[in-house]
Amino acid sequence: MAFYVVQFLTGLASAASLFLVASGLSIIFGVTRIVNFAHGAFYMIGAYIAFTLTERFSGAFGFWGGVVVAALAVALIGVLVEMVLLRRIYHAPELFQLLGTFGLTLMVEDLVVLIWGPDDLVGRRAPGFKGAVDFFGQNIPSYDLFLIVLSPVVLGILWLLFQRTRWGVLVRAATQDRDMVAALGVNQKWLFTSVFAVGVFLAALGGALQIPRDAVHHAMDLRIIVEVFVVVVIGGLGSIVGAFVAAVLVSELNAFGILIFPKISIILVFLVMAAVLIVRPWGLFGKPEAAARKTPGLTVNPWRPLTSNERLAALAALVVAATLPLFAGNYALTVGSEIAIFVIFAVSLHFLMSVGGLASFGHAAYFGLGAYGVAFLAKMAGLPMIVCLLLGPLLGCMGAAVFGFFAVQLSGVYFAMLTLAFAQIVWSIAFQWVSVTGGDNGILGVWPEKWAASPSHFYWLALGVAALVTIALRVMVFSPFGYALRATRDSLLRTEAVGINAKRIQWTAFVIAGTTAGIGGALFAYLKGSVFPDNLGISLSVDALVMVLLGGVETVSGGVIGAIVYKALNIWLVSQTDLSKLVLGGFIVLIVVVFPKGIVGMLEMLAQRRRKASPPGSPLIAKPIESAE
Amino acid sequence: MSVAPPLLAVEGLTKSYGGIHAVRGVSFSLRAGEILALIGPNGAGKSTCFDMLNGQNKPDTGHVRLLGEETTGKKPRDIWRMGVGRTFQITATFATMTVRENVQVALISHGKQLFNLFGSAPNFNRGEAGRLLELVGMSGYADRPCGELAYGDLKRLELAVALANQPKLLLMDEPTAGMAPRERVDLMRLTAGIAREKSIGVLFTEHDMDVVFEHADRIIVLNRGTLIAEGSPAEVRSNPQVQAVYLGEGLLYDAEHREGAST
Repeated sequence: MAFYVVQFLTGLASAASLFLVASGLSIIFGVTRIVNFAHGAFYMIGAYIAFTLTERFSGAFGFWGGVVVAALAVALIGVLVEMVLLRRIYHAPELFQLLGTFGLTLMVEDLVVLIWGPDDLVGRRAPGFKGAVDFFGQNIPSYDLFLIVLSPVVLGILWLLFQRTRWGVLVRAATQDRDMVAALGVNQKWLFTSVFAVGVFLAALGGALQIPRDAVHHAMDLRIIVEVFVVVVIGGLGSIVGAFVAAVLVSELNAFGILIFPKISIILVFLVMAAVLIVRPWGLFGKPEAAARKTPGLTVNPWRPLTSNERLAALAALVVAATLPLFAGNYALTVGSEIAIFVIFAVSLHFLMSVGGLASFGHAAYFGLGAYGVAFLAKMAGLPMIVCLLLGPLLGCMGAAVFGFFAVQLSGVYFAMLTLAFAQIVWSIAFQWVSVTGGDNGILGVWPEKWAASPSHFYWLALGVAALVTIALRVMVFSPFGYALRATRDSLLRTEAVGINAKRIQWTAFVIAGTTAGIGGALFAYLKGSVFPDNLGISLSVDALVMVLLGGVETVSGGVIGAIVYKALNIWLVSQTDLSKLVLGGFIVLIVVVFPKGIVGMLEMLAQRRRKASPPGSPLIAKPIESAE
Repeated sequence: MSVAPPLLAVEGLTKSYGGIHAVRGVSFSLRAGEILALIGPNGAGKSTCFDMLNGQNKPDTGHVRLLGEETTGKKPRDIWRMGVGRTFQITATFATMTVRENVQVALISHGKQLFNLFGSAPNFNRGEAGRLLELVGMSGYADRPCGELAYGDLKRLELAVALANQPKLLLMDEPTAGMAPRERVDLMRLTAGIAREKSIGVLFTEHDMDVVFEHADRIIVLNRGTLIAEGSPAEVRSNPQVQAVYLGEGLLYDAEHREGAST
């Protein structure tokens, strides 16, 4: 019995940091509508700075002062980030801010290694809370007790701040309707900045308070950000009380999950999240998001199919790409194959995200399922490669059919979070079901057959499939189905009023996108000769998002161009510098600020400007951007 | 008395939110080709009533029948398939498509081609789309992005979209709200002309009394959720209860004043 009580208390103590970080994220989202991916990075910097300060200054004052000063310092960094970066992109297309903050996260990951080194840092114990309390023969660290008391105290302080101060009233008002708050003459700039500062302060404090419990390391940001996403989604975005309750719930699930279901402990949290979202789509304490007022101005040009000139240009680009094996070496061909596969992956997400307005945060799940499908068929059933390539993606298709059915019941951020949760479930199964999937060791030896084994042959195969997939999806964009899908994105009300079953359209799109991603995954398994849980991990899902946003989410060819640029840059940077994440992150941030419409969007804008500037009849240079590779 | 059921028959429609009775026992009917105006002061329950006819809202009790067929509890999309077109108080259109494509989406749905993955939507039934746009006087705008249209044009586009499934009944919630006076008259003349020509029943709510009295064949008046008057424009205009509702606060004010004066 005592053991369980102690386990319960340990869970409560873990909830403290989670609550601090999650409440910060929740406040920021409520007011600015930004899903701050960099929140985990701020948490991590908080831990690192607190480590340095508490090592430098001794005594109780040194420790507690160090923790608070670290949080304040990070809050200052947050203010800087908000003023320099976020202020420029509040009006960018939805989710573009996510890309910007993701770029920041990448940069921070390299920066902390540069400053503090790659090794884990073990901080000192908190003065005054070094011992443990005996509880019926079980030890409870007294620092845990401190944390257990701390989170309700923070909750109380936040409650007072929001209920009893003018600033708090403004924050609550803005959470409900920020346009109205702005219309009432409130200086939104400073409201947003201050809210961001408070949110970041909470995240950094959460990180700083972790140092007596956990080692500080440079991957702690991604680990916490996923858990925090889960917490805010279960609790309801924008709700502090929700964040508190959900933080406790998630921490306890983690604490007891390990005891009761050691095999599926990781899935448990995500299962609960999926269940909550299906029953209460806005989280336990959240409210349905008010429909955002769309600015009447038009941000999207109506899409049009390629003109015959552009089709020729695309074909020419494809032919040029197909000549690569004539002059490039094996390494370049392998890179080329990988890029082609990622084009498939990116266009599949683009179809869901740009055409359907459904931003999936877990698209890698279907990519990975396709890869595992091939691995199972090839290794266990021993089927020939062609058959594996044709049947493997069906696993992605089935996964998308099941998860998509639930996911399309939600929309916006909640849709994103539910897809993330499903992807994590699939990842956990691949990771923990060792007897079937090989767990962390993956499935090795999935090699292509002779006819496709040479790098040039495999490159042609990948290029050909990528071209076919891209063309097929492009045709679908301009098919009646594609228009129905765009209609659901533009106006749900009107869609239903002209007899369209929006959910069924979206579900179909989800299955199409998932199957297509599975095709990419199937090829990827053969390219690498192996399949690992990473093939359906979060970072791959984020890669896909970045590719689409980078290319231009409001354009038709954004997926293709984004994939080529991002993947090529990524591979090149990794080979050129140890600080590839820093450079890549900086590049992403730059794109976000300078070209918020993505690469293709920017080129379209330039072309349009030129068209307007040039007298009618002057020759237009055909845009080479719509290439098919 | 003809045996054929009326185009639209509404019986004892009731809806309450918490303790507030938004609509109480409303009954009326509508013949094919008839233009019926539903008027009433703010908060009378017009929009609630409307949303129940269209399936966006479910009545607590009561029935809505279209040509004798029950529509109560059906989804908006199913009611649309039965031949009911709808325009909204605040226009709902597909902002990222061109004007023609907006109509084409409705035509695609009407032609049951929604799951056609490999056809060409921009070429789908251009002729019919063009005719519909012509009908509402929007042919010149066919290739314009819908997002840059003026509000009055959006209303006309909505009318074209609503006509795409060759409806028997048009539901128009404040069709002229937010339009310039000149445009209002034009739009309603257009609607009335189309309705009479194609024998479409039209039910509309409206605040602009000029529009109502000029175009409605019949008017029903809603106040605090109940139907208080029904009849031709002339009858409704001279109905003392309707006058009291529209100018009513004056009478109350008078009474209170008299009481105040006597004490």
